[in-house]
Amino acid sequence: MKTRFLTLAATAAALAFGTMAAEAKVKACFIYVGPIGDFGWSYQHHQGALEAQKNLGGEEQVELAYLESVPEGADAERAIERFARSGCNIIFTTSFGYMDATNAVAKKFPDVKFEHATGYKRESPNISTYNSKFHEGRYVQGIIAAKMSKAGVAGYIASFPIPEVVMGINSFVLGAQSVNPDFKVKVVWANTWFDPGKEADAAKALIDQGVDIITQHTDSTAPMQVAHERGIKAFGQASDMIKFGPETQLTSIVDDWGPYYTKRIKAVADGNWEQIDIWGGMKDGHVVMAPYTNMPDDVKAAAEAAQAKITSGELNPFTGPINKQDGSEWLKAGEVAEDGVLLGLNFYVAGVDDKLPQ
Amino acid sequence: MLEQILITIATAATPLLIAAIGELVVERSGVLNLGVEGMMVMGAVTGFAVALTTGSPWLGVFAAVIVGALFSLLFGFLTLTLVTNQVATGLALTLLGLGLSGMIGEAFVGQPGIKLSAIYIPGLTDIPFVGRLFFGQDPLFYVSILLTVGVAWFLFRTRAGLTLRSVGDNHGSAHALGINVIGIRYLAVMFGGACAGLAGAFLSLVYTTQWIENMSAGRGWIALALVVFASWRPLRVLAGAYLFGAVSIGQLHAQALGIGIPSQLLSALPYLATIVVLVLISRNRRLTMINTPASLGRPFVPDR
Repeated sequence: MKTRFLTLAATAAALAFGTMAAEAKVKACFIYVGPIGDFGWSYQHHQGALEAQKNLGGEEQVELAYLESVPEGADAERAIERFARSGCNIIFTTSFGYMDATNAVAKKFPDVKFEHATGYKRESPNISTYNSKFHEGRYVQGIIAAKMSKAGVAGYIASFPIPEVVMGINSFVLGAQSVNPDFKVKVVWANTWFDPGKEADAAKALIDQGVDIITQHTDSTAPMQVAHERGIKAFGQASDMIKFGPETQLTSIVDDWGPYYTKRIKAVADGNWEQIDIWGGMKDGHVVMAPYTNMPDDVKAAAEAAQAKITSGELNPFTGPINKQDGSEWLKAGEVAEDGVLLGLNFYVAGVDDKLPQ
Repeated sequence: MLEQILITIATAATPLLIAAIGELVVERSGVLNLGVEGMMVMGAVTGFAVALTTGSPWLGVFAAVIVGALFSLLFGFLTLTLVTNQVATGLALTLLGLGLSGMIGEAFVGQPGIKLSAIYIPGLTDIPFVGRLFFGQDPLFYVSILLTVGVAWFLFRTRAGLTLRSVGDNHGSAHALGINVIGIRYLAVMFGGACAGLAGAFLSLVYTTQWIENMSAGRGWIALALVVFASWRPLRVLAGAYLFGAVSIGQLHAQALGIGIPSQLLSALPYLATIVVLVLISRNRRLTMINTPASLGRPFVPDR
């Protein structure tokens, strides 16, 4: 009896799915923390969404909806819930601060799939989390910086002292030190993700103090332009910024969310979406490097070699021996940092010329 | 290096100065326009778009000034003719400006712009240490200084300036004397809009030659605070803008030098300095009263 019922249910489901397939429309919805015109974080997420739509057959197959500049907090919950009610099949919330709001709404709408970027809470089975190992790219940038810098010191424009950013600084330093053990990094905290004027000022201050390579963990292209004006080299951030510094950009870490979004929206369309927690790096295609430009061939070769090693899994930037900034030992020779430790990282490795704001 | 730092400070101060001088004239006429941020960002997108499409940064600057003035006209019509609440209308203008500029600017995101190049006078610009500071900055820097001096002269040395201040101090009496209160306020509001537009153009054509949504990043609000900070005196606005610029650049240098002060505190310094000065100024209530336009923010409806 029970088996027959199940068969019946399966047939019904198949029929239902059949009719759905005829329309074959998935509604994918996105919540962005900034404007899609920031040419940084939110811009890249939106590009990923558009790419997924294109890959999966365009507007006929995938309907996109998005809300931009949604503040993290109470407003976010309302925005997400509105999406859930309006027939979204899958909702991507693309900032750390949406974590609790996304989980709260996910509980109320078990039939809708939720994907939260950079978070770690998955309180119901219909919510996944995803993030990228951008620090892998920063390790490669560190290698390039140490080979390109004559002064032996790079300037780092940072946003907020959260683990993600601290991890990036450390990884950059470790990459640089693998080439030049005495390499130094000067850090300036802008205390903002996005203020082109202030980022430009920070770049000028660093250059005036003698750095000859600029890298940033803030979102605008302003530091690249300043580096260009002052005739030094710089790394781009989040997107390929070569247009802003044709003779300046060495490379850029490009957040490529397209493949992931394609995979996840397709899973919803195919009916085989499952909860996951992914921290994808170069290996998974999450972290892409813009072309290596404005550097001699040997530097380019070293960068490509490091990238290949990281991609193959042979090299992990956080492999011992690594000392903390105060000189005490963090990782023994050959020891690899655990993901959990990295995701809560709150100290510098040796060689950072800055006091970490706590 | 010192010259380079001073130039950086001037660049940080100039947009604040231009926008604040405009708002000072508006407030001196008795109108409080909280839409500076919105007008500024409209100026930024217009300046960038026009400069990029025509290839001339000067046309961009010109267009930004026009658009800033036109945009403020909307505020003027609502608050002066329809007598809506100035605070609410100003806030609405900021929100509208931020949204509208994002929409207009969508096609221009991620495109390198055209820079309004710094002036170069052979001989003078090459003087060591001070040449570039005094004779080698971008043209809008000189405009901002002239604007400040011009407004100071206009407000306190001309009959028209006296009339404008009288409208701001007591619109009832000014009206009784036969002064066209609404007309003068319209002109003042448009001047403020034009200045905010110019400040916006400075952001997208000099400070950082690019268009990004919301690129004014709160500078309109700082300009508003500067006007109060300066107790409605043009030369104090100049001092305030440069003080603000100096503290914000200074804290970045302090960080790069590795001075062990928490960066969050350093970032807050310019704002803390503003508060401290405000407290010091307001200790002398009579002085504050003399400078504050008495009709500021009060709606004016002519007797019927």
